[in-house]
Amino acid sequence: MRAWAAWGLILGLTGAGLPAMAQIEVQEVTSPAGHRAWLMQDDSLPFVAIEILFQGGTTLDAPDRRGAIYMMTGLLEEGAGARDARAFSQAVEGLAAQFGFSASPDTVRISARMLSENREAAAALLNDALSQPRFDEDAIERVRAQVLSGLARQSQDPDWIAGATFAAQAYGTHPYASAEEGTPETVAALTQDDMIAAHRATLVTGRAHIGAAGDITPDELGHLIDMILAGLPQEGPALAGPVDFSLTGGVSVIDFPSPQSVVIFGHDGLAESDPDFFAAFVLNEALGGGFKSLLNEEVRINRGLTYGIGTGLVTREWQPMFVGQFSSSNELVGEAIGVTQAALRDVAQNGLAPERVEAAKQNLIGAYPLRFDGNGQIAAILAGMQRQGRPLDYLTTRNASIAAVSVEDVTRVAARLLRPQALRFVVVGQPQGVSATD
Amino acid sequence: MHWIKFFIAGFVFWALPALADDHITEFTLENGMEVVVIEDHRAPAVLHMVWYRTGSADDPIGKSGLAHYLEHLMFKSTTTQESGAFSRFVESVGGSENAMTSWDYTAYFQRVAVEHLPRVMALEADRMVNLSLDPAEVATELSVILEERGEVVESNPSALFMEQMRAALFPDHPYGIPIIGWRDEMAGLTRADVMAHYAGAYAPNNAVLILAGAIDPESARRLAEDHYGPVPAREIAPRPRAELGPKPPLEQSVTFEDQRVAQPLLGRLYRVAEAKGRDPVQAAALTLLAQILGGNPATSVLGEALQFQAQSAVFTSASYRATALDDSSFSIVIVPSAGRAMAQVEADLNRVIADFLAQGIDPEQFERIKFQFRAAEIYAQDSVQGMASVYGAALTTGRAVSDVQTWPDQIAAVTMEEVMEAARALFADASRVTGYLTAPATGAGGGQ
Repeated sequence: MRAWAAWGLILGLTGAGLPAMAQIEVQEVTSPAGHRAWLMQDDSLPFVAIEILFQGGTTLDAPDRRGAIYMMTGLLEEGAGARDARAFSQAVEGLAAQFGFSASPDTVRISARMLSENREAAAALLNDALSQPRFDEDAIERVRAQVLSGLARQSQDPDWIAGATFAAQAYGTHPYASAEEGTPETVAALTQDDMIAAHRATLVTGRAHIGAAGDITPDELGHLIDMILAGLPQEGPALAGPVDFSLTGGVSVIDFPSPQSVVIFGHDGLAESDPDFFAAFVLNEALGGGFKSLLNEEVRINRGLTYGIGTGLVTREWQPMFVGQFSSSNELVGEAIGVTQAALRDVAQNGLAPERVEAAKQNLIGAYPLRFDGNGQIAAILAGMQRQGRPLDYLTTRNASIAAVSVEDVTRVAARLLRPQALRFVVVGQPQGVSATD
Repeated sequence: MHWIKFFIAGFVFWALPALADDHITEFTLENGMEVVVIEDHRAPAVLHMVWYRTGSADDPIGKSGLAHYLEHLMFKSTTTQESGAFSRFVESVGGSENAMTSWDYTAYFQRVAVEHLPRVMALEADRMVNLSLDPAEVATELSVILEERGEVVESNPSALFMEQMRAALFPDHPYGIPIIGWRDEMAGLTRADVMAHYAGAYAPNNAVLILAGAIDPESARRLAEDHYGPVPAREIAPRPRAELGPKPPLEQSVTFEDQRVAQPLLGRLYRVAEAKGRDPVQAAALTLLAQILGGNPATSVLGEALQFQAQSAVFTSASYRATALDDSSFSIVIVPSAGRAMAQVEADLNRVIADFLAQGIDPEQFERIKFQFRAAEIYAQDSVQGMASVYGAALTTGRAVSDVQTWPDQIAAVTMEEVMEAARALFADASRVTGYLTAPATGAGGGQ
């Protein structure tokens, strides 16, 4: 199946709540300095996982500085405070702490795992990285070369080309429309001042959502969070704002020398705040969510036209989308697109069989407790829930909301969400019998 | 920086340290099925895995891809179940499932809430012996695996490159043949081929059951006896690893050009003889050597020399994969800086190795890495699936539970001198392949 994360997408509700059957409890912690965090305390392993999401992400790039936040995030581990890049890495290694820094369109994500035996020292190092990154010139050049190498690779990656083409058509003038890594030209022009500005714009405590799981008490966590976030500003520049949505129905073909064609298809979706979102979520699960989904049955299992096809509700902050993806041999891709279109038309008109709706609901309900799997995973889920604006009691109401979705709801929402005429197919490869419509 | 690692995933492996743990129980059913129980009660779920001691390296000559094809067909109908019934059940209870084929093993796994475990075991036991292999489904699935090869290998120049590297390293052994198979041989696979492979390898006495999660050993034993106990043992086909040809006499090189290559790459594979891979001291020394040479780019020998000092590379990595039934391999990857010629990159690598052999290990780095391995034991226990997979891979490649449990002690006991001895032997050995992945000089994506 497709890993949507690879395309920078976040499936709706993937970070959802906590069922009654799980033995873990989540509590809200407010630190002495006033930072809020959600904690699942569990001392069975002697470490804590902490996840911090800074809302805003790479959409906060200044228009002519595309790629600055992506590169800045890569530089956070390349020297901080009194330590240059190597000294910083040696210090982290010496504590066996694990830090991850990554940027996506809506968030800058910090993931940390710290041993109980040296937690304070690890937190001090993480604070250095977040509040006193050095952005040394040699580190900038090293990371710039890595980013440029990545851009060169992406330019020859059909999955990436398909995603970039789709985004450029969908998101108009919004930052979502362009690659967050920047272009070779914008990346080449980035300076140390740009890194400082990107850092100032994104690592803002007022937009931090924090999850923690593992061997730590609420009081200890409050203290630790204040250590980690010390020195960061509370407020930042305005967020990107809504999208001037520009996707139209049709087919785009991008020539690429490969035996297979990559296909991305989709149109606009439903926001998580929409009253129909749960029904849309069930609909998507039955349509393209898993191995036994309708589309995978039709295109892979019954006809062997692909290794896998999946769909998702993309819940980016400023524009919800319904998107799917698959790859097929150039000679089969036309048939695969036809089968996909026919299936979507049928579901839009007639909804789904009650058994499919029921199976999707059972899957979503049953899968829910299984997601709380390990400290790192739980910390990430708790941070993600806060970013989505979920209340703490959502942990116990979420499954009831899924259970309440009826077959009629799904039929109604299928007619509302799925609009076959509005679907855009982006095909990257040398497809036979597939023509661009515009 | 992690974005470059992404594109050579599959080429490098992080050698996950295995774990000693008090919560591990092993026993064997009367029909010969081995069972390992890993208790972890933090979540009310169980991971259920069945690992067969058969893999793509057991495919008959000329029928590459057969083990993987069977893996796909295991999701189809049996004499008691409709096609897809198992998957539907797992999805209906919110579980997850998957399967994988490697050179030495084929594994099937599901993760479900603990109350659904009995049904999962019943269905897995059913398809262990009752697969019906409907001809129409067999034909459709052949198309799926050809599409899989197209998507996973042929659309990815670095995957095609890796196939050629392995073919050069193992010309005499099926480890040189891709797991998914060569396309022309895959296209000729038949239902009879699949049935023969299934009948010869799928049986309880050729399988390892791993249960990891919220289950105690007594319940695990009872459930295993109930569901797998009645499946009779079968005669298992031997695993004659084909002798395909002579061993490579000397160092070899592979040049792979593809116009889709935007970022050139140099790879080097060293072949490690089975006896060394099985020697715990040697295996631990090579595992540490990989970390020292190419673990963390900011602190490793290759990273410091090439990414920081010479700035002739944008990424470096070294890895060692100990777990193999036969010979294993030690690999090094260098992604050169823009414009650096492959001959220079290779000279860089040879110089770093020579300097390392002359200068030895930085004791502070050695201490840090040892401490990281100790910490990794703690972090690894956060992932039930990771732990279970370590046991599954070990037990299907001729190792025992005790080997896995003593591994951290082996790592802890290795000295710097033992690592240097392993390094001297490794780099003196001519059984190695150097590979150059590049775009054609006049091709489309010639880098930056």
